[in-house]
Amino acid sequence: MRGPHDVGGIPAGPVDTEPHKMTFWEKQIDAMHTLLGDDKRRITVRDQNRHYIESLGQDAYTRLNYYERWTAAMALQLVKKGVLTQDEIDAKIAEIKQRLEETGELE
Amino acid sequence: MMSDGILQPGQRVRVREDYPPGHIRTPVYIRGKIGHVTRVFGEFENPERLGVGLDGKPKKMLYEVRFKQADVWPNYNGPVHDTVDIDIYQHWLEKA
Repeated sequence: MRGPHDVGGIPAGPVDTEPHKMTFWEKQIDAMHTLLGDDKRRITVRDQNRHYIESLGQDAYTRLNYYERWTAAMALQLVKKGVLTQDEIDAKIAEIKQRLEETGELE
Repeated sequence: MMSDGILQPGQRVRVREDYPPGHIRTPVYIRGKIGHVTRVFGEFENPERLGVGLDGKPKKMLYEVRFKQADVWPNYNGPVHDTVDIDIYQHWLEKA
């Protein structure tokens, strides 16, 4: 069984080796991942987070960028482990979306 | 499960040719290939068990294994001395 991440040897074209500047939200996700996975919380432990990412399915894995995969995997774990409900996440997304629309910041 | 002790540098090994589901750190392209141990890193929690929320015990020995690129890729046309080093856990290796 080959996961969507395990691409060694599969033709994929040239690799983009340009450094990418991290956006603010990507830094936030990185920080949140560190906090949720620390020894006190152990909610999104490294290997488990990777397993969730590898289990997103080929379509989602290909469509999402690196930190979007992290975000999706973390959200799944937070719901699965009872920290947040999907309704709470959906409500917060709607709230933020509305706020950004009002300020014209929505991309 | 591997039971014949810690592998030593220089030991010829074959990577298990197995395709289980789950969080596997052994890349598909190296399974079934033959190389030799170049470093012994020591024991680490098993990522396959950590990946599914378990505690990673029992720990597994982790090795650096070196493969000739020509043994890994069919029709490899780089220099013959090219190698690739991969970190592999003991339960994925058998003596060859």
